[in-house]
Amino acid sequence: MSDAAAKIAVLRASLAQAGLETLHKHARVPLGHHETDLCLHGGLERGALHEIFAAGTHETAATGFAAALGFRMAGKKRLLWIRQDFSALEHGELSATGFLEMGLDPSRILILRVADAANGLRAAGDALSCAALGAVVLEIPGEPKILDLVASRRLTLACAQKNVSAFLLRFGAKPQASTAETRWLIRGACSSKNEDWGNPVFETDLLRNRHGRTGHWVMQWSCENGCFRAADCGAVVSATCDRPVATEFGAVA
Amino acid sequence: MAKVENALRLTAVDRKAAMLGLEPGMPLANARAMLPALKVVTADEPADRKLLAHIADWCDRFTPFVACEPPDMLLLDVTGAAHLFGGEKPMLDQIREKLSKQGFALRAAIAGTAAAARAFAHYKDGAIVPPGAEEAAIAPLPIEALNLDAITTHAFRRAGLKTVGQVSARARNELTARFGARMVFALDHALGKAEKPISPRIPLPDYMAEHRFAEPIVTEDVIRATLHSLAEILSSVLEQRGEGARRLEASFFRADGAVYRITIETSSALRAPNIIERLFREKLDALADPLDPGFGYDLIRLGAIRAERCAEQVIGFDADANEEKEIRFLVDRLAARFGSNRILAFQPNDTHIPEAAFVAMPAQYAQNAKWECDTKEAPRRPLRLFARPEPVQAVAAVPEGPPLRFRWRRALHDVVLAEGPERIAMEWWRHQDLQASRDYFRVEDSQGKRFWLYREGIYERETLAPRWFMHGMFA
Repeated sequence: MSDAAAKIAVLRASLAQAGLETLHKHARVPLGHHETDLCLHGGLERGALHEIFAAGTHETAATGFAAALGFRMAGKKRLLWIRQDFSALEHGELSATGFLEMGLDPSRILILRVADAANGLRAAGDALSCAALGAVVLEIPGEPKILDLVASRRLTLACAQKNVSAFLLRFGAKPQASTAETRWLIRGACSSKNEDWGNPVFETDLLRNRHGRTGHWVMQWSCENGCFRAADCGAVVSATCDRPVATEFGAVA
Repeated sequence: MAKVENALRLTAVDRKAAMLGLEPGMPLANARAMLPALKVVTADEPADRKLLAHIADWCDRFTPFVACEPPDMLLLDVTGAAHLFGGEKPMLDQIREKLSKQGFALRAAIAGTAAAARAFAHYKDGAIVPPGAEEAAIAPLPIEALNLDAITTHAFRRAGLKTVGQVSARARNELTARFGARMVFALDHALGKAEKPISPRIPLPDYMAEHRFAEPIVTEDVIRATLHSLAEILSSVLEQRGEGARRLEASFFRADGAVYRITIETSSALRAPNIIERLFREKLDALADPLDPGFGYDLIRLGAIRAERCAEQVIGFDADANEEKEIRFLVDRLAARFGSNRILAFQPNDTHIPEAAFVAMPAQYAQNAKWECDTKEAPRRPLRLFARPEPVQAVAAVPEGPPLRFRWRRALHDVVLAEGPERIAMEWWRHQDLQASRDYFRVEDSQGKRFWLYREGIYERETLAPRWFMHGMFA
């Protein structure tokens, strides 16, 4: 019996070691928003799968959040954005000038148009084997059957192999169990009512964090500096969207 | 049988009918009078052409240089190809035997020029005329062998010149004066004195390598191994010339005559065999209807359709260059699988029309572009842009003011913040019909969604009932 107990102790130790290793194996990329970075042990893990869900019809906010994270993750490398034909019709085509205005260089984006989720997953698997890519964004509208635990496990493994990060951008889907490192629920937040309103402000819910706590923050993407920061004063919003709304047109130009 | 010159005439006859005295061009009534039991089939010219094209495809295995001459002739340029089949005679025998086995009746000949070969095929089946001997060999053939128009042929017959030899014995200036330079050229062409290029059916590859199999191959492994070895051969040739391929074509010749052609394109001049093989594998995997090997392939050919100069690259430790190469390979792979118009890169476009300010073009052809922008203020252009602006019902306080609220996709949005108008006039110098200008508004609704709306037409100047459209959304 003591033999078995010793064995179990050894196994436990090696497991703990492995856990620590996975925690420190890959570099982490800070978002710039202090509280979030603290919660994420320094930032988003590179070479892992991250899921970004659009809350309700906040698809464009989720797109912006994914773009911002993708570019931060990619650094100087390229970003491959895999999107389905349906998504472009329903939620709009990705716009180069839009990326540019967010301070993200459009020449670093490659776009792959695919017909369905199966092709998208396949292409993502292939692209994740290319270490020269910085990140892969896979945009999937709806809840296709093919996107199950096996598919997400496969993506996670592919990410870890060449240390390329993947972002699964989901529209019109309910968050469900997967092997993702983090899972975010994104909705757009109201801008502060000053002269320069309209910066990308996100109300983010970190629903899952494999190596830490979850949380809820309102972050603003700073187009100028290319990082997240706390939203401008006055833009602090309640978690629900049925808050009273100012009706005066204070900032009409 | 077909209707020619307002009469039903025979267009082709089989061997038995020919023996009974029928010939093409004969009116159907005459033929019926001679043979009441005659079996007649209506001529189907498109089907004949298609069949000829199929036979031409099949003939591709002997030489890539095949030209179709409807209604019933194929020209093969076998220069430099005959030795692969043990010489001209064995090659001709092989073609004859294989086509006969497939149920075709044929006449064939080999000669120095296309016109001579045509003449021999029609009047001296199986002739193989060495270069320079055309004049002597063609002399006894009837004048029709020159394939001149009916009037000229008739004129020669009337003049008593019944063979090619008799015509060629006449002085050239006499012939030119009487029948024109074209006829003299046709004569010279048939005599092997003048050369007229034949145009191949499909463009010839710049470089090619092929592998023939004594036994048709079926298994995928062998096909892949063959493609790899062909790629190696091709790559060594390309390397010697300092070139790389931009477009490659693999042709699979099935034993029963079907031919499959598969093309891949690359974003940079390429000659690494394993990359070529990998790209073809992607393409083969992605085929909607996979190659059906049937009884197997007996010839596989790999050709570089388009080659261009490719500077010798020193394999360095420069990480950037290697990364660029890896990205290109990825782009090629994705293009081979999904099609080159599916993997795109952004290029700036010099116009102020928002939806045209950039283009997403195939990444294989895209150049690295420079984008410049001042990002000091909040984004002025949306992240997602609708290709077709969607109509919106909007309420505004004043006709030229921003919307107070609007209904889009059946949902009502209350506008909290708005900025505009940004007036964008259409490019009147490009389009004939005048398009209405657009007044763009950047608005934010009570839920924190940011939209880009426009009103089409300037109130009172262009229209009295401006319509609203949703053009895009900000993050």
